[in-house]
Amino acid sequence: MVAPTGAGKTLAGFLPSLISLSERAASKASPKTTKGLHTLYVSPLKALAVDIARNLDAPIAQMALPVRVETRTGDTPAHKRTRQISRPPDILLTTPEQLALLIAHRDAAEFFSGLRCVILDELHALVTSKRGDLLSLALARLHRLSPDLAAIGLSATVREPDELRKYLVPQVQAPAPAMADLVTVQGGARADLRMLDLGRSLPISGHTAWHSMPAIYDLIREHRTTLVFVNTRLQAEYTFQELWQLNDDALPIAIHHGSLDAQQRRRVEAAMAEGQLRAIVCTATLDLGIDWGDVDLVVNVGAPKGASRIMQRIGRANHRMDEPSKAYLVPGNRFEMLECQAALDAVEEAAQDTPDARLGALDVLAQHVLGMACADAFDPLSLYEEIISASPYAGLTWESFEQVVDYVATGGYALRAYERFAKILRGPDGLWRVRDARTAQAYRMNVGTIVEAARVRVRLGRTLRSKPGTVLPKGGRVLGEIEDEFADTLTVGDTFLFAGETLRFEGLAEDEALVTRAPLGTDPAIPSYAGAKFPLSTFLAERVRAIIADPFEWDRLPTQIGEYLQQQRRRSVLPGERDLLVETFPRGKRHYLTAFPFEGRLAHQTLGMLLTRRLERDGLRPLGFAANDYGIAIWTTRDVSERAALDPDFIGDLFAVDMLGDDLEAWLDESAMMKRTFRQCAVIAGLIERHHPGLKKSGRQVTISTDLIYDVLRKHQPDHLLLRAARQDAATGLLDVRRLGMMLERIQGRIIHKALDRVSPLSVSVMLEIGRERVYGEGADEILAEAEAELLQEALS
Amino acid sequence: MAAGLRLEKTHKHPTLQLGGETLMLDLCGGVWLPEHRTLIVSDLHLEKGSSYAVRTGQFLPPYDTRETLACLHEAVTRHDPARVVALGDSFHDARGPERMEPGDRAMVAALQEGRDWVWIAGNHDAAVSEGVGGRYADALTLGGLILRHEPSAEPVSGEIAGHLHPCGKVAMRARAVRRRCFVTDGSRLVMPAFGAYAGGLNVRDRAIEGLFPNGFTAHLLGDGRVFTIGRAQLARD
Repeated sequence: MVAPTGAGKTLAGFLPSLISLSERAASKASPKTTKGLHTLYVSPLKALAVDIARNLDAPIAQMALPVRVETRTGDTPAHKRTRQISRPPDILLTTPEQLALLIAHRDAAEFFSGLRCVILDELHALVTSKRGDLLSLALARLHRLSPDLAAIGLSATVREPDELRKYLVPQVQAPAPAMADLVTVQGGARADLRMLDLGRSLPISGHTAWHSMPAIYDLIREHRTTLVFVNTRLQAEYTFQELWQLNDDALPIAIHHGSLDAQQRRRVEAAMAEGQLRAIVCTATLDLGIDWGDVDLVVNVGAPKGASRIMQRIGRANHRMDEPSKAYLVPGNRFEMLECQAALDAVEEAAQDTPDARLGALDVLAQHVLGMACADAFDPLSLYEEIISASPYAGLTWESFEQVVDYVATGGYALRAYERFAKILRGPDGLWRVRDARTAQAYRMNVGTIVEAARVRVRLGRTLRSKPGTVLPKGGRVLGEIEDEFADTLTVGDTFLFAGETLRFEGLAEDEALVTRAPLGTDPAIPSYAGAKFPLSTFLAERVRAIIADPFEWDRLPTQIGEYLQQQRRRSVLPGERDLLVETFPRGKRHYLTAFPFEGRLAHQTLGMLLTRRLERDGLRPLGFAANDYGIAIWTTRDVSERAALDPDFIGDLFAVDMLGDDLEAWLDESAMMKRTFRQCAVIAGLIERHHPGLKKSGRQVTISTDLIYDVLRKHQPDHLLLRAARQDAATGLLDVRRLGMMLERIQGRIIHKALDRVSPLSVSVMLEIGRERVYGEGADEILAEAEAELLQEALS
Repeated sequence: MAAGLRLEKTHKHPTLQLGGETLMLDLCGGVWLPEHRTLIVSDLHLEKGSSYAVRTGQFLPPYDTRETLACLHEAVTRHDPARVVALGDSFHDARGPERMEPGDRAMVAALQEGRDWVWIAGNHDAAVSEGVGGRYADALTLGGLILRHEPSAEPVSGEIAGHLHPCGKVAMRARAVRRRCFVTDGSRLVMPAFGAYAGGLNVRDRAIEGLFPNGFTAHLLGDGRVFTIGRAQLARD
């Protein structure tokens, strides 16, 4: 069922179950068919499951239905879980991870034998991730345990619902994929959506939208309750800080994002539910979710990034279908203005991004196979058939499946070092069984696909009044957590924004970052405001390119944007909808190359890295590059314009599709992003256990760094299952190689090169990213050489 | 001119004086004593990967031993030493030698061929079983140098030790680079761990800083050469 927000789809999804359950209770059949779990509801958020339980209770009580509803989440106490297995409720509400644990239970076959219906909520949000892979495998198992099972998917509006339809039903090897029936609910009141126009010039670059803060504050004042969405945690911190400085009326404004201490988040949510807040500055953590009713305005700061995302956010205002949701888009720079316009058009036409069909991840499959061995002995052929009935795994070959089983058993190494420790063993009957109870326990402790970056707690240290400058590591309040990687870059005395305050870093003590409050008026030194962590969707990117290419479109834009594009046309050229514009020009002592593919920051970073390697080989001495969602800039010592004049094919060859060959492999394997990806796969697949039975340890204390493991494995078994899994992730995830490939195909023969004598208006936008973010061309040795030079300096002075 | 003289520090493998002897700090993480034709490597931690399978049931890639031996082979080929000293914790645990693959065992034998090979006892492998060739010692004196696994608590001159797995961290422009390193104050030297799976301890940790009350210099193993970094430039964890 595809329906807009507020249409009441969740309750509709439960209706068949409620009818069938009331009939079942009235029937005179034996208890065997009238008892047991009837309906399973799976939601991506624990809080949502709890919320739905509450919303279901009301109609059930009003109709006096003999139906028992319970939730099962990570918070459910052990005795209740045990009781839920022996005396199941009629309807159970849970999450994908809890479902994985349930189907790996020894009693799973009996527990699910009478299951009639499974409801998957917010399916559009689930299917795009590894959690969706995990859920698809669980669903395949449920279909097997209960062949008459009806699966119902609930989704917000998407452009092509077919991926969702395939996901719900078992795939058989037939000419056409099997699909679920589709119910589409049209309409809903049209959203009242506008772009915030300040009537003055926007900066060319930057994402903070600082210029719009007074206007946002005024909007908050004029409305009952406002949700201010931003794209990153850092942006949330910044926006919150700015709003508080403007807050002369002392309006209750709160902040909510995933790094904050859980207790603080609960407090904010509770205050919101009670209508005590006038505004919350929040990130994607509130994209999905709980119906808070009273929100009458949504403000989205920064680029919308995707049509569906923005629609979902708008829907958070006014959760009733017959009243229009009211929302403002607030661009942070001129390009974001284009993107906002593209999003407005998309919402107007009710056009949506299409969720990408996923290739089921191999690390998730490895976790699932171990879980299935924990449930019961399995026959490999029948498990294989079950797995390929899940749509993300429909293309899985028998060979890959065998490799996964081998990996689960002994690590999948060519060097058979671990035969005698095997986690699953094949008996003389041909069935695979789990080794022992300890292995099953380790599986249960490590289930799930959400691998949090290793984090450290941020604790407010106590300063001694008697001894100024001394910070005691104990006693202060915990403010939340920061990623290990970020903590690693901090040195004592650095200031940064966190939990709505400017903090001074005092050092790490026992896995905690110790901080003090910085004096008022201190400018936070550290966080550079990276762009959105979501890449610009392909669909919106196409629209942005179309707007730029068509001067008639500019009339609809704020005048300054039209003027800006006019200038670009005078000084250089505006690319057509399918073209790639490449500009080269000198500036200072360096030479620059800029390109504008509009494929999102991730794909551009990858492109920048590959182009840098090529330029290096061609002797142009690249020094570094910067990328944003719209383009890249590379700077070199030698003149690229001159080279292009000598060799007319030079620029075309530079962007040839073959850059995705050897160059990519070589760089990819060395990159820090690849190592991070590998770590996630290693954790999901159970190579590294986050939790050991009888041992508590944090991510920071993982005794062998996965980087070391990665380096050794890559050298000695480059085709190992986990390296394949990591490369598959890299293709679509962190590095967006797939999208880069599509772009390179698109622009072959359509590259427009302009050699200019100075920077063009378009290029300024990406040039401004330089210095704002890490220079990717920079190797570890350059950093070390600089530190070494400082020592020499000291020695000489 | 002075700067020109200093530039010799940027050699791939810097040299320094300790206990009246010349030491070359090799980029591989070993120390080469040209006058004694001796190569010293510390904390090989062979069979660390397989020890995880035994203790925790985690199947780490079982290639760490051959990776470590391959690096050692590279250094041995380059220097052709008359003597190799493994400065303790050569095996991750006492049963490590039993678990070694035949191919890796043969590699050790090939490396030992025609050389004096000394296993210094460490805390992980104090009771190493027989059958891996070479001779055993608690410590070794070479000219003005004393080689032992654990650095002595008292100030000492001419000591080369391992055990602590020193790492240096340089944080600059929102980037942090963390590398294994040698640490020295001119009278003693603590070597980096050589093993592929060996972890590291920040040189600014009390356990290492305490050994050098008058300050120290770290020599970090970069990608292309060894970098000499002052204490002031080294960040804590």
